[in-house]
Amino acid sequence: MTSKFEGTERYVATEDLMMAVNAAVTLARPLLVKGEPGTGKTQLAEEIALALDKPLYRWHVKSTTKAQHGLYEYDAVSRLRDSQLGDAKVHDIGNYIIPGRLWEAFRSARQAVLLIDEIDKADIEFPNDLLLELDRMEFYVHETRELIQATHRPIVIITSNNEKELPDAFLRRCFFHFIRFPDAETMTRIIGVHFPELKRELLAEALNAFYKLRDVPGLKKKPSTSELLDWLKLLLAEDVPPEALRTDDPRKSLPPLYGALLKNEQDVHLFEQLIFLQRRQSRQ
Amino acid sequence: MLTPFFYTLRAAGVPASVTEYLTLLEALQRGVARFSVNDFYFLARATLVKDEKHFDRFDKAFAQYFKGIEQSFEQLQKALPEDWLKLLAERHFTPEEMAQIEALGGWDKLLETLKQRLEEQKGRHEGGSKWIGTGGTSPFGHGGYNPEGIRIGGPGGKGKAVKVWERRDYRNLDDNVELGTRNIKVALRKLRRFAREGAADQFDIDGTISATARNAGLLDLKFQPERHNALKLLLFFDVGGSMESHVRVCEELFSAARGEFKHLEYFYFHNFIYESVWKDSRRRHGERTTLFDILRKYQPDYRIIFIGDASMSPYEIMQPGGSIEHWNDEAGAVWLQRLTQRFQRFAWLNPEPQDRWDYVQSIGLARQLLAERMYPLTLHGLDDAIRALKA
Repeated sequence: MTSKFEGTERYVATEDLMMAVNAAVTLARPLLVKGEPGTGKTQLAEEIALALDKPLYRWHVKSTTKAQHGLYEYDAVSRLRDSQLGDAKVHDIGNYIIPGRLWEAFRSARQAVLLIDEIDKADIEFPNDLLLELDRMEFYVHETRELIQATHRPIVIITSNNEKELPDAFLRRCFFHFIRFPDAETMTRIIGVHFPELKRELLAEALNAFYKLRDVPGLKKKPSTSELLDWLKLLLAEDVPPEALRTDDPRKSLPPLYGALLKNEQDVHLFEQLIFLQRRQSRQ
Repeated sequence: MLTPFFYTLRAAGVPASVTEYLTLLEALQRGVARFSVNDFYFLARATLVKDEKHFDRFDKAFAQYFKGIEQSFEQLQKALPEDWLKLLAERHFTPEEMAQIEALGGWDKLLETLKQRLEEQKGRHEGGSKWIGTGGTSPFGHGGYNPEGIRIGGPGGKGKAVKVWERRDYRNLDDNVELGTRNIKVALRKLRRFAREGAADQFDIDGTISATARNAGLLDLKFQPERHNALKLLLFFDVGGSMESHVRVCEELFSAARGEFKHLEYFYFHNFIYESVWKDSRRRHGERTTLFDILRKYQPDYRIIFIGDASMSPYEIMQPGGSIEHWNDEAGAVWLQRLTQRFQRFAWLNPEPQDRWDYVQSIGLARQLLAERMYPLTLHGLDDAIRALKA
């Protein structure tokens, strides 16, 4: 019944990622995904929904998000206003219950994919407040005395940037996958699916420059996959020749369009200094 | 078959729970992973390990446990001695290693002993100091500590595929190795303490609703002050001398703390706390802040973090006039005690590796003075320190 997830045309999944996703899908338990920013954590949910042909519900968590927001909200302010205006709607409290993303995913006629994005942004108690809901896939609406149960257990994908440690009780209920920074081989495949027309020479030079940049010690923000993809897009748009990417070329200081890769002026500065030193050494 | 594996993991420090183990069994029963050790490895990892810093431990434990089982699966046991010897021959030694082998009686003797042991040994073996196997101290096998050891089994052979768990890709995610600004920030964030202080200028919806309800439906507006981090922090950095080698990590700690706390004050000292500290290293001799000023100016709800290696002569702590820079009328210990009495919540972060602490007398003295609240400057240590500061 459930088909296996094996990546999509636009998304390269490693073997271990496929295993984690398939385990989560088969057992209908949440999958927690961690990894460096820009390694495609959020995109994973979209691709799973696409590959398995299921509707996707996104719930982006912010520092002020409460677990309750995902279940439902009671819009007391409109009810108050309606009561002041003497609207007849006011007698049914159900008119003021606004379903959250979790409710919508539970109610979906087909099995849905629910993305809880950046769960670590929220308050430390947030995951704990969702324990029962994610375990049993049901919750109770107190205002209307109604039990909401999932018609089909949704596939829950949770992403985290590691800003807060998640509680053990929560972790125990999830599968876990850590997206590693892709090695050169996987990276070539990733680029292949995004830019099939990319010239091999340009790709080799770009990857070379990119990994060299990532190896620079002390960078505040190492460029990630998504930044590499942006950079390649720019290189293609500007039609930069591969020769221009060779960073050991003493006349060039920074790789062209470096702004897509280095997002921090201190990093740019550091990199310039390194290149300056290198040039001086090679001159001697 | 898997229960011993589960206990191997727990013994290796992977905090896997029974529910997770049951989930793994359920997944196996439902056929998520079949017929391949690789699949099983990925599945077990996704189920049992919930933190990338434990991946390396998992890999090691997995290798230890499945080494034998995999071999018996593949009926390798008979062919193994030959394999071992082949690997032996392929192994490249560095000149230093060759010298060590010579010291042991030469290459031939090593091989001879190996053959002898192979004959004596009946089955697979782990640990111990004589038999061939994994994780021991015998010169044969792998994962051992003997510098003259010969690696048997595992990666190394040219045509042999490297096993995923033997690559140990996650080695530097383990424990305390990586300490960057961001990590430190995340750790420091646990110290946050939110409070509402100041002018009430935010609309309080919940308060308004409940007040209005109580007011029989007539609007009663409520406001509240904005929520922000109210934690106050004083940092004391040791600079110069033996701290030179720790400058980078101190800088990172400082920049992380600066970004994280609004009420943050910092001071510098050299080796130990005496009657005055300074804020600007270039003018350290002119502009100093006396410790009495600090004791008076900052409320006791400030938390204190000292950062220093506490490595010096014991006189610099215990004796008046012990400072290496100037004449101090009162001993450093007295000043430290004044600080810790006024500010009850304090911690000392020491960038020196913890296993060296016992060999430095002054560190022992400082720990005594600090009621043992000294922590290594690693992520783990930082966590412990923050727990102490929160209490």
